[in-house]
Amino acid sequence: MGKVGLVVVSHSRRLAEGVAELAREMGMHRVRVQAAGGDADGGLGTSPELVDRAVRTVDDGAGVVLLADIGSAVLISRMLAEEADTTVVLADAPLVEGAVAAASAAASGAGLTEVVAAAQSAYRFRKT
Amino acid sequence: MNAADLTAWIRRAAELVTADAERLTALDAAIGDGDHGHNLARGLTAAADALAELPADASPQQVLSTAGRVLVSKTGGASGALYGMALRRAGTALKVDEIDARWLGAALREALAGIRNLGKAEEGDKTMVDAFAKAVAAYDAARHRGTDLAGAARAAASAAEEGAQATVPMQARKGRASYLGPRSIGHLDPGAASTALIFRALADVTGGEG
Repeated sequence: MGKVGLVVVSHSRRLAEGVAELAREMGMHRVRVQAAGGDADGGLGTSPELVDRAVRTVDDGAGVVLLADIGSAVLISRMLAEEADTTVVLADAPLVEGAVAAASAAASGAGLTEVVAAAQSAYRFRKT
Repeated sequence: MNAADLTAWIRRAAELVTADAERLTALDAAIGDGDHGHNLARGLTAAADALAELPADASPQQVLSTAGRVLVSKTGGASGALYGMALRRAGTALKVDEIDARWLGAALREALAGIRNLGKAEEGDKTMVDAFAKAVAAYDAARHRGTDLAGAARAAASAAEEGAQATVPMQARKGRASYLGPRSIGHLDPGAASTALIFRALADVTGGEG
């Protein structure tokens, strides 16, 4: 079985691509990370089609974790995760830290549940 | 009420939201990100246009699921996801071609459940749920009193408007407005305002001219 894939869902295409770049690096380039940022025209927003396509791009049979920023990115990710089978999960996690944690765990060969847990543990990384 | 009436509802909702787009967007500019009216007008118009392309014998379920899918895709904000989910869930509940007052009630309850489940908002959070929940409760109450579908839809439209107005003194607990804390008080929630228009559209097309 392959590794868990990640999709970064943000209102901003550039933000999603930046987070995906960072996550790929932290995943030692052994994890599929796809950015799904902005609306269909590249403006600020969320495109369900773009997220759906990204999920299929990174799906390697081991499941896909969605990381979302705010508002419609969260709602559309939640909707797609609910409608998809159980192998697509929206992580309750901060975008950057969650993506880095998930990529690190996925690179080590962790399964879907473990990768989601790693992303969600990112809320505990105190900065002060 | 049948599939053609549902199509007329979405078209009427698109007209009402388009006519009020400036007001909705201004409400959203006060406490949100200032795009609600125009986004939703675009989404509902795209949904109505997609319904015009459906075959004449499309079922109520097909009408609402198509409208919901297009709304999610073309609105481009949280409201599109929420209303789109509402319409799709309502469509799933409609298993008949001829919709009586009881079936419409079931569809509206399912729509509300879809919004609550996706947005995780409760009544009092200053969201569309404040208008939507009041509308569904008024619809059910009217139906239990023996009011017909058109009368129950009128009751729902009035209650949605009251529910929307009731968001003015509330402090927002969801979405961008929640970051404003107490400064969100004193503003009408734009999502609740658009919900009132959508229920007004339903009353308009179900013969509630009186």
